[in-house]
Amino acid sequence: MRRFSWFNATSLTLGFAFLYIPMILLVIYSFNGGRNVAVWGGFSTKWYGELVKNEAFLDAALVTLKVGLMSSTLATILGTMAAYVLVRGGKFYGRTLFSGAIYAPLVMPEVITGLSLLLLFIAVGLDRSVTTIVLAHTTFSMCYVSVVVSSRLVSFDQSLEEAALDLGCTPFDAFKSVTLPIIAPAVISGWLLAFTLSLDDLVIASFVSGPSSTTLPIKIWSAVRLGVSPEINALSTIMIGIVTVGVLIAAFMNKRAVVQRQKDEQKAAAA
Amino acid sequence: MNLRRFSLIGVPYLWLVLFFLAPFLIVLKISLSDYAVSIPPYTPTLDVFGGWASISDFFSKLDFDTFKFLTTDDLYWKAYLSSLQIAVVATLITLSVGFPIAYGMARAPEEWRATLMMLVILPFWTSFLIRVYSWMGILGKEGFLNGALLWLGIIDDPLTILNTNVAVYIGIVYTYLPFMILPIYATLDKLDVSLLEAAEDLGCTRTSAFWLVTAPMSRPGIIAGCFLVFIPALGEFVIPSLLGGSGTLMIGKVLWEEFSSNRDWPVASAVAIILLLILIIPIILFQKNQERQAEADQ
Repeated sequence: MRRFSWFNATSLTLGFAFLYIPMILLVIYSFNGGRNVAVWGGFSTKWYGELVKNEAFLDAALVTLKVGLMSSTLATILGTMAAYVLVRGGKFYGRTLFSGAIYAPLVMPEVITGLSLLLLFIAVGLDRSVTTIVLAHTTFSMCYVSVVVSSRLVSFDQSLEEAALDLGCTPFDAFKSVTLPIIAPAVISGWLLAFTLSLDDLVIASFVSGPSSTTLPIKIWSAVRLGVSPEINALSTIMIGIVTVGVLIAAFMNKRAVVQRQKDEQKAAAA
Repeated sequence: MNLRRFSLIGVPYLWLVLFFLAPFLIVLKISLSDYAVSIPPYTPTLDVFGGWASISDFFSKLDFDTFKFLTTDDLYWKAYLSSLQIAVVATLITLSVGFPIAYGMARAPEEWRATLMMLVILPFWTSFLIRVYSWMGILGKEGFLNGALLWLGIIDDPLTILNTNVAVYIGIVYTYLPFMILPIYATLDKLDVSLLEAAEDLGCTRTSAFWLVTAPMSRPGIIAGCFLVFIPALGEFVIPSLLGGSGTLMIGKVLWEEFSSNRDWPVASAVAIILLLILIIPIILFQKNQERQAEADQ
């Protein structure tokens, strides 16, 4: 666009300050030695020590990771299948219902998803456990995966698949050796999205988890309902740190892939 | 081959029918039942194995009493209205905060844009709960904001912000801001600069060029952003529970309390059904907007 004005610079500065100051304060004050959470009492890592000693948090973190890994993997398989059906499936009976059921969970309020799944689990007599959380998370995150994957499927050249079929591939071989490598980045980002959504979910998990399957967000929730807690600040800092490192690595790898592709294209052009 | 196609369609289909559509029918069924002190806490219960007589008996006992009850108690329609009001106002504030940021990003030098995009998306990957929680330490009586204002001498007594609707607005604007910025940025980024130059050549001032060219051209992004904030904000539960006070009435919170504290499943289900009916209109409008935009892009 055009000249970058003072107005633009100010709105960007204020906007990003608004987005980042709360988290920066959280990180800084997680190293606060004092009991009083808003008054600086000297640098200390004692809340991290308290956190590590608190086994309930560690257990909850393990449950969360287990649920996240299982549900995001299941969601990626189901979501990729659903995307393939939506984009390449052609006509079949109940297609409208199917695409509606794929998009609806994206806009469904979490309280309703949680309530309806819990009522289902009770109706069929399934006890609330890690399994019920995995089932619930898989259901809503497979829809996100399918949206991410289908946008990639729509944009790539279908004649590549057709060529593979003409050259004697079975449909499954064509999918494995042509389609999958092309959509792989979308499948991976779909998996990451599903994993993050699962780690992040509080509302649905609160409905469908049992006493033996407390996830980290539920644990944090019960701790912060009563007010600010220095241990939660420490835990938040760890979580923010992991996400930041992850996103930076992803951005770096993405940039390298782009540079590599440009080099390849230049080579191809020169040849 | 046919079996393969059948299972490719069948597996995700069956999953969605089992875990998305079936639960929904159960909610509908329970909303038409009556509260009872039993396990499960409602009546009638369906006995599929009791033969045709018990099934028809079950259907004859379903009624709209729970929905009628919702209209008699002030709490419910007030909660719907106040959720709508909070969601609308929060959406407008998010728009007025988000637009200048998206505008600044679209005008920023080319080489900054990828970084700016990443900075908008990064909060999105961090825990929603933690982002809401971070405001508890800022807005509290002894929080950072009051501390800073007192120190600067702007106020003499700490302000009460936490546990009021103001805190709820701040929470919604903060957590949903990326949803507003990204679609608006996407439309502004595509905007043809020569249109603005043409407008100015034809005698527009910068301001009128903005209102005559930039604002209408970014309308699809603005509409998309508003729906992406409004729809989840309406059923929001975490933000009003953590930042709101006892006076903050939002329907997601009411539903949760009916279910977990009052154990009134029929009322909780009926509240959910009505919330969905309210949401259907904006969801359809949003879909229409997206389709129009996709057509325009082609």
